[in-house]
Amino acid sequence: MAKVSFAVDGKAVSVDVDPNMPLLYALRDDLKMNAPHFGCGEGQCGACTVLLDGEPTRSCVLPVSAAKGRKVTTIYGLGTPKKPHPLQTAYVQEQVPQCGYCVSGWLLTAAAFLKKKPAAGDSELREALSGLKCRCGTHVSIMRAVKRAQKQMA
Amino acid sequence: MKTRTGLSVSRREFLMTSGALIVSAAAPATSENAVAATAATDPLKPALVPGELDSWVAVLKDGRVAAFFGKVDLGQGLDVGIAQIVADELDVAYEKVTVFQGDTANSCNQGGASGSFGINVGAKPLRNAAAEARRILVESAAQRLSVPADRLTVSDGVVSVTGDAAKKVSYAELIGGRFFNAKVEWNKQVGNFMDINVRAKPKQPSEYKVVGKSFPRNDVEGKVFGTSDWVSEVRVPGMLHARVIRPERAGCDPVKVDEASIRSIRGARVVREGNFLAVVAPREWDAVRAAKMLKVEWSASKDPFPPMDKLYEHIRAAKTVKREEPLKKGDVEAVIKTAARVVEAEYEWPFQAHASMGPGCAVVDPRKGRATLWTGTQKPHYARDGVAKILGLPPEEVHGIWVVGPGSYGRNDAGDTAIDAAIVAKLTGKPVRVQSSRAEGIAWCPKGPAGVHRGRAAFDASGKVIGYDFNSKGFSRLNVNSNESDPGDTLGGMEIGMTLKPQDAFGTPEETYGFDNKRLGWEVIAPLLARSSPLRTSHLRDPVGPDIHFASEQFIDELAFAAGEDPVAFRLKYVTAARDAAVIRAAAEKAGWQPRPAQRSRPSGDVLTGRGIAYAQRARTIIAAVAEIEVDRRTGRIWGRKFTVAHDCGLIINPQSLRYTIEGNVVHGLSRVLF
Repeated sequence: MAKVSFAVDGKAVSVDVDPNMPLLYALRDDLKMNAPHFGCGEGQCGACTVLLDGEPTRSCVLPVSAAKGRKVTTIYGLGTPKKPHPLQTAYVQEQVPQCGYCVSGWLLTAAAFLKKKPAAGDSELREALSGLKCRCGTHVSIMRAVKRAQKQMA
Repeated sequence: MKTRTGLSVSRREFLMTSGALIVSAAAPATSENAVAATAATDPLKPALVPGELDSWVAVLKDGRVAAFFGKVDLGQGLDVGIAQIVADELDVAYEKVTVFQGDTANSCNQGGASGSFGINVGAKPLRNAAAEARRILVESAAQRLSVPADRLTVSDGVVSVTGDAAKKVSYAELIGGRFFNAKVEWNKQVGNFMDINVRAKPKQPSEYKVVGKSFPRNDVEGKVFGTSDWVSEVRVPGMLHARVIRPERAGCDPVKVDEASIRSIRGARVVREGNFLAVVAPREWDAVRAAKMLKVEWSASKDPFPPMDKLYEHIRAAKTVKREEPLKKGDVEAVIKTAARVVEAEYEWPFQAHASMGPGCAVVDPRKGRATLWTGTQKPHYARDGVAKILGLPPEEVHGIWVVGPGSYGRNDAGDTAIDAAIVAKLTGKPVRVQSSRAEGIAWCPKGPAGVHRGRAAFDASGKVIGYDFNSKGFSRLNVNSNESDPGDTLGGMEIGMTLKPQDAFGTPEETYGFDNKRLGWEVIAPLLARSSPLRTSHLRDPVGPDIHFASEQFIDELAFAAGEDPVAFRLKYVTAARDAAVIRAAAEKAGWQPRPAQRSRPSGDVLTGRGIAYAQRARTIIAAVAEIEVDRRTGRIWGRKFTVAHDCGLIINPQSLRYTIEGNVVHGLSRVLF
């Protein structure tokens, strides 16, 4: 067990855990957060995505010790119902999620990408989001929402 | 309108603030609150049985309406549609209706999410109940206002005298917070086809004001802002995390378990009953670690499976254990023998895993003489029955609460996980949360059945199809039942020694091609491993539909090609139902289909484009789709460019919900065919 301190959504947190434990378990079990989710535990699906110092990162394979002193952003930090990120607004307007389990990955990855490349075209967006899974097949509305948000952010 | 599932404390708050008598005021503000919602805790509420109107609908003190739905919405807006239907029948604003779903404490067993029956079958008892409630309320208003019922009109829950609007009384005043205590006639069916007969006559579609409009879903914001709960977020104080240990090879049983191998993990321990083996720990990560570290000696594999590349050989050669010919017209064999030309083709379809976005997860909290189950299974009432059997409790003492899971497309691993949690809860006496690993979720979930589909057709000298024979041979779609009410139908249940009662069933194409001689048949072969098989087969959205229609519609294309005819024109020539023809025409027209026979020569170029049409019926809906695809010859990559879908489901309750459902269907289907 070791004490690991980092920031989550702008708040300083500290957990006393096995330093090899993936960050995801610290967020969900120690900090009692409902998102991100456990999808595969192999870094393959993206349901566990957080931003680590602004970069999309799979928290299910990142040892919590690697988050030490860094800034973790989840969808709670991305926006709230009162102060939503344009992507969240677009997701609601386009009624994107079906089961919704994959939402963290798409939102955070798209947010980080649009920040870097606000004028990205369709194929660039597809490429940037290609590592994520949605098994309900909402991809058509995901693209609609991302492009809607992109317009709004321009 | 809102929708509530039992996890939410606000559900209780909603009922409490409304002053409804549905929840006992003494109910503690914990997970127990939903237990308090059962009829048993409220002496005034009639028993929760289908024959009581109060089991379906309630008018709250402030005039809001609660509808109790025994199915669940998996993110396609089914609950919204139910609320629209109830609002129209009762003449209340849509916003006033709250649908409670998938909670065994307040809804009857309508079979859960099943068979695409949500609206076209599942809405019926709700529609009837709402109509009956309106009838009773209008009669009650007639007495109150001393005017005949036929002189009354209802607008947003207020009954007034036609032409004298000042004379009025609201639903809230008439019954708000109290019970109807009215009997309705239950059709004695449990599950999908549960319905009630009532004295009231439901409205005609021409009278609908709410049905037919697009209302947004209720669950989207919670999912986008992370404020709602999935089943994986159920946390019960003092609960243990469990991971079930299953062999890497099929057909192996645990022989020796080295409990000392996890001794270094504080609080972790092994639980076992028969061949069911699990580790538990107070901390989730410790359970995950213990599952990895536990040393188990397994019995030698019985190697029950043929190599993957021999699967279809196995299916072709395997003995048929059951065969049915649901359609037999004329003498197909005779015309094939004498035909001018015979066309034959075979289509292979693999086992498919549900591969939901996350593996199964469930929580079971056993208390003295009762228990609570939180599950993402599509059929919470049935899962409750199964959990009760594991715990040795009467079903009414187990409260089953559906909470949305990580996607659901049939009988995936969610229900089996509920039984896993119940077994560990029984063995430890503690609240238990089970979540599988990704590998287990894919390897051990029930599978869509593999099969070989064979078409044979006979042409006469004029090029007319005079004989058509289509047969599917594969593993049963009901090797494990479509629900978890009998734990023998679950993996954990089999591992503790309960008996699987397999059924043999498959299906035939749902189309109306009117060939003179026609036979549609199916045959089922024995499972590769009789018990605890990772290849036990069950339904995967839509049960055997994609495999059968993939094959039969491909075969129709072969026949059009053989006849030198355009695939749309060929279908229209033979299809007999007017609705089917209209749907095929609509898809072709919208897609800008240019009639021509399929090309015989291979065009040149690296990227080829093509198109195709398919049509099928499904649960009384008729669908035709035109696909435009691109194939890169260098890489073999297939790219779906455009899909045009004609979808005739009859009356559309919510156009937006339907649009999203269709889009999801196309992507899900494409994913299963291509990847």
